[in-house]
Parts: sequence; C-alpha cells; structure tokens
Amino acid sequence: MTRELKFSEALLEAQDQCMAADPAVYIMGLGVPDPTGIFGTTLGLQEKYGVNRVFDMPLAENAMTGVAIGSALVGMRPVMTHQRVDFATVAMEQIINQAAKWHYMFDGQVNVPLVIRMIIGRGWGQGPQHSQSLQAMFAHVPGLKVVMPTTAYDAKGLLISAIEDNNPVVMLEHRWLYGITDKVPEEFYRVPLGKAHIMREGTDVTIVGLSYMSLESLRAAELLAERGINAEVLDLRSLRPLDEDAILTSVRKTGNLVMADTAHKMFGASAEILALATEKAFDALKSPPRRVTLPDHPAPTSPALADDFYPRAGHIAAEVLRQLGRDVDDALFLPPEGRHHDQPDSSFKGPF
Amino acid sequence: MPKPAKTKSPPKKARIRPGKKKPDASAGELLEYYRQMLLIRRFEEKAGQLYGMGLIGGFCHLYIGQEAVVIGMQAAAEDVDTVITSYRDHGHMLACGMDPNGVMAELTGRIGGYSRGKGGSMHMFSREKNFFGGHGIVGGQVPIGTGLAFGHKYKGDGGVNMAYFGDGAINQGQVYESFNMAELWKLPIVYVIENNRYGMGTSIERASATTDLYHRGAAHGIPGEPVDGMDVLAVKAAAEKALKYCRSGKGPYILEMKTYRYRGHSMSDPAKYRSKDEVTKVRKESDPIDNLRDLILAGKISSEEALKDIDKQVKAIVTAAAEFAQESPEPDLAELYTDILVEV
Repeated sequence: MTRELKFSEALLEAQDQCMAADPAVYIMGLGVPDPTGIFGTTLGLQEKYGVNRVFDMPLAENAMTGVAIGSALVGMRPVMTHQRVDFATVAMEQIINQAAKWHYMFDGQVNVPLVIRMIIGRGWGQGPQHSQSLQAMFAHVPGLKVVMPTTAYDAKGLLISAIEDNNPVVMLEHRWLYGITDKVPEEFYRVPLGKAHIMREGTDVTIVGLSYMSLESLRAAELLAERGINAEVLDLRSLRPLDEDAILTSVRKTGNLVMADTAHKMFGASAEILALATEKAFDALKSPPRRVTLPDHPAPTSPALADDFYPRAGHIAAEVLRQLGRDVDDALFLPPEGRHHDQPDSSFKGPF
Repeated sequence: MPKPAKTKSPPKKARIRPGKKKPDASAGELLEYYRQMLLIRRFEEKAGQLYGMGLIGGFCHLYIGQEAVVIGMQAAAEDVDTVITSYRDHGHMLACGMDPNGVMAELTGRIGGYSRGKGGSMHMFSREKNFFGGHGIVGGQVPIGTGLAFGHKYKGDGGVNMAYFGDGAINQGQVYESFNMAELWKLPIVYVIENNRYGMGTSIERASATTDLYHRGAAHGIPGEPVDGMDVLAVKAAAEKALKYCRSGKGPYILEMKTYRYRGHSMSDPAKYRSKDEVTKVRKESDPIDNLRDLILAGKISSEEALKDIDKQVKAIVTAAAEFAQESPEPDLAELYTDILVEV
C-alpha cells in the first residue's frame, strides 16, 4: 500500500532525491536552513548535503537570481526558493530579461536549467504584499515554464521534472496546500510539465482549476452533484506549456466551461483559458464560458474582508448554476464551519 | 534643469614616456598586444562604416578608445577563466579569441553570426572561448558573472570570472547585492569597471556621488584600485595582481579602469554632451595604441616596417570579416520559432 505524504513532505522528498541523484543540484534561498525549513520543504537537507549545497542567502533576490543563472550556465542545477511570490518581483530583471532570454538570444548554444520555487501566501492577515498570485506575469514570458501543483503526488513528480528540465521553471506553490496529504510513491518518478490531469470525470460542465482552486473545484463538483449536475474537474498543473488538448477535449465533451483561478480576473490565466476555448472550440460551446477569480483589487488584511475576497467551492458551483440557467441558493456562500475562511479548511485532507 | 557639471580633464600620466621605464613584457608580447588592440580598433571602424551604409541596424556600441582594457586583462588571464560584459562587447569577443567573421556577421544579422541573427551586437556567446555575452540591461551581467564565479568555486576548477561593467552600471543596486555575496562567499571574481566617464550622455560627475569608483566595494571589504585604462601594460600588471588574489581564494577584487570612448554611446548618439576638444585631447595624449606604438619604436623593439605589416594583416582580417558579413545569407524565417525552450 502506498504511503501518504503531505504536499510539503513530497516537495522535500523530491529535492532530496534529486540532490542524491545529481551533485550539480543545489538549493539556496532565504530561510532554507532555518529550523522551520520553508514550511518543512527543506528540512534536514543541509545536514545531509552540507553547507556548500544547501544554504541561506542575503536579502538580495535579483542578484541572487543572477548568481543562480550564472552557475546554471556552467552546468549546475540551482533550485531557488522565495518564501513569497511577492519577493520574486524584485528579481524580475534577472528572471525575465536574463533567464528567459539566454537560450533564444544566443541561438540555442546555452541554456539555463533553473528552478525558482515561489510560495503564494493567503489569509492569516498577510495582506496585499504577501499573498499575490502572479502566475500570469511569468506565464506571459516565452522562455519560461510555469507549473502549479495541486496534489502531493504531483508536487513531487512535477518538482523532479522541473529540476531535470533544462529550461528555467517557475514553480508556484500555494501555502494552503502544504498540509494536504496524498498517496506518494517512495520511488523517484516524474510528472510531465505541460500536462493537465482530470481529477474528476463528468459530462455537464468542465471546471478548469489551477493550484488550490482545483481543490475548491472538486468540492464544487460535489455541491453540483447534489443538485444533479455532473461536473468534470481538470487540474491544469502547468500554465506554460499549456495543455491545450486536454482543455479542448473536455470542453468539446461537456460544452460548458468555468475556469477557477487563484489570481485576479483581468489579463489573468482565466482570460487565456476562455480565449482558447472560444478561439478553438466555439462550435462546441453551449453557453458563454465563465470564470471564478479574485476581484480586481489588492488582497485585504482583515480576516473579515478576506471572506469576501477569496472565492470558494460555493462560488464556483454558483457560477456553474448560473451558466446552466439554474437557481442559486444562498447556502452555497456560507463560509465553511461558520467562521472566517482565513486559514486552510480542515476538511481538505486528501488523498486525491 | 541642472547645469551640466564641468567634465574633468582626461586621465593624466596616461602617456607612456618611452625609455623611462622598461616594459614588463617581452617584445613578442608587446607586438601581440599592439596587433590585438589594432584589430579591435579597425574592426570597430569597419563596423561603423557598415552601419553608415545601412548594413548594420539597431544597436551598435563601439569600443574605440578602450582597447587597452580588455587586451590588458586578457593578457593576464588563463584559459579556464570566464568573461562576461555589457553591450559594448565586440572588443571583448575579439580579445577572447572569437572569430571576427562570426562577430561581424552577427552585426549584419546573418546566419553566419555567432547567434545566427537572434542576438545582434549586444548578444553573442562562445562556450568554447568562455565568453558569456553580451548583455543589454545595464548591470544585469554583474550577478551572472558572480554566479559564474560561484561555479568556479563550486567545481574547484581554479578559474576566475572577469565581470566588466561601466560607470553607469556602478549605480545599479544589483551590483552591490553581488559585491556582498562575492565577499561573503569569497568568490573568485574581478569586477572590472570600465569608467569611460559617460553613462550614455550623462557624465560621471552628474551621476555619481563619489567618482572614484574603485572605493565602491569598501563597505563590503573588497579591495579595489584605480588603473590607467589607456595603458595596456598598466592594465596587465593590475590584472595579474587581481587575478592572483582571486585565484588564491581571498575573494573578489575591483579594478577601476580610467578610460575613454571616442565615439558616441552607440551609433545613434552624436555625443553632443561633450566638446570635440575634449575628445581630441584624449586621442592626442592618451591613445592606447599610439602609446604602445611609441614605446615599441622608441625601445627599438620593432621597426616601423614590421608595424606596418601588422597593420596590413589586421586590415585583411577586417576586410574579410566585412565581406563574410555581407555574403552570409539572412536567416530563414523558420528560425524565429526555434530555441525558445530546450527540447529536453
């Protein structure tokens, strides 16, 4: 029987196995050797692999990214960690102008095998500067790959694939996923970048989810099932490359599409998914595609305000019901467990 | 608008006084430095001509006037060492031994260019010659050079990175982030500041609170020194000292090359922010090639005839490069979609 691991433990195991397999792999980031080990994802690695391969770094994200790129150019495989996506924005110069461009501008003579892990904060009063979901900014740039695992199984397999990939890969990890468990094989295995995963098969509507919102989508599917609607849930897993075939195949099957993203609506990943469906599967659509996203304003800090800021399963289900011309009942919008929805929902345990 | 600050006179004592001091290089070496500097000078002049003829478009930053810097540095470097620089990079590529044909063809955007037309003047690369580009973001190459140095140390290959940047880039934040890391981790890297006194059209006095840039590592404990960047032998001597320091594991070193560019920032810059007299004075008193030529002739190291032969050889190389750069085909449109990602 396959054991279960938390999402965070799966990430740790992926890095451990990659470091054991290849001496060129090293890990750096602020807090990497800290006793809390980046939500447990780097615990014990410095003790096992030494300070030359696992280390802290100065608060200098941009130059640190350049250092990682420079070392990647001469055969090393850096894994860099930012405790929040927001901190990576000061390294945009190196990520976008350098890492994403080297292979193309030097005509394929050189490449940058680099993984940058970034954590999406949410809730717990983190506020506007510690909880952004900036995947669309990275996914907009040719030359980068962008992955967002949802399950512990995928977290391990995708991180291994990312470390083995010869391109710069941005991996966005939602903080609320770290404690969620799944069946995770002990062996070294890969989940391919750019392949979506059907989490639940259905016939009436396609709900495309990204990261944590895929879990909310699964839950929305249960709410919809109670109302006689059979939803298919497609977890994208990668944003770039985008698994167009999987999206279009599902949309052609169900004829209805709702995208649930962890980010804002305008110019976001949800806009890209809806554009894809209308450009390439317009004839199959039975209704205008819809999306469930954050509202277009910064994240508030107060838990009371966060309730209204973050859409949940009920909001996704309601969007599907509206799409299908059905009544929407108020019960869908109640926060789970009758409290502020500011921390991970204890009912989300997996496995998936 | 603030009144432009008066620019200082060109570096003093730049002129080598023949016969006063015995050069610290063999006759063969002196002639080789002369040949290499002249190759850069003539190559850049030709690039300027081709630009004027419309055969090169876009950015094109010429190195004329600064030749002694990179030739002096490379004279002290070893094969294992790596080089990274900014957009004023043609001289560095030639000094690293890259093929003039490939460099010129990249300027004309042809398939025979080092990046097959995808990089252009600012973006060429050669793994074989340990040259890591060619970068268009001011200061952006400095952390990457620091990472190359990290690679030297991690692999223990004995190499040192030489990261070149200018007096404009010295005010970029990521330069100081790099300084801190390099000293903290004792990385083998020589930061070579090519202070040509203008960041585009902004004189150093108008851009920098302190204009002696070799001090800029002091807060991080990085030693630095000013160097007459118009004197190839002074550069070589400083480079030997700095490279030895870095190679011995003591950490980074800063060399501030006091130099000057004769042309505008790029081909599109008429350089109206400085007087013609200023340029003429530097050319007349401090030209690195003329100075070395005087030294060679005064010391009877070689004859005028022999120097003319070198001139002829260099011209032939540059002419051939210009021809190659015009004959090489333009890249196929299908190239547009290649090499965005590595196929794993």
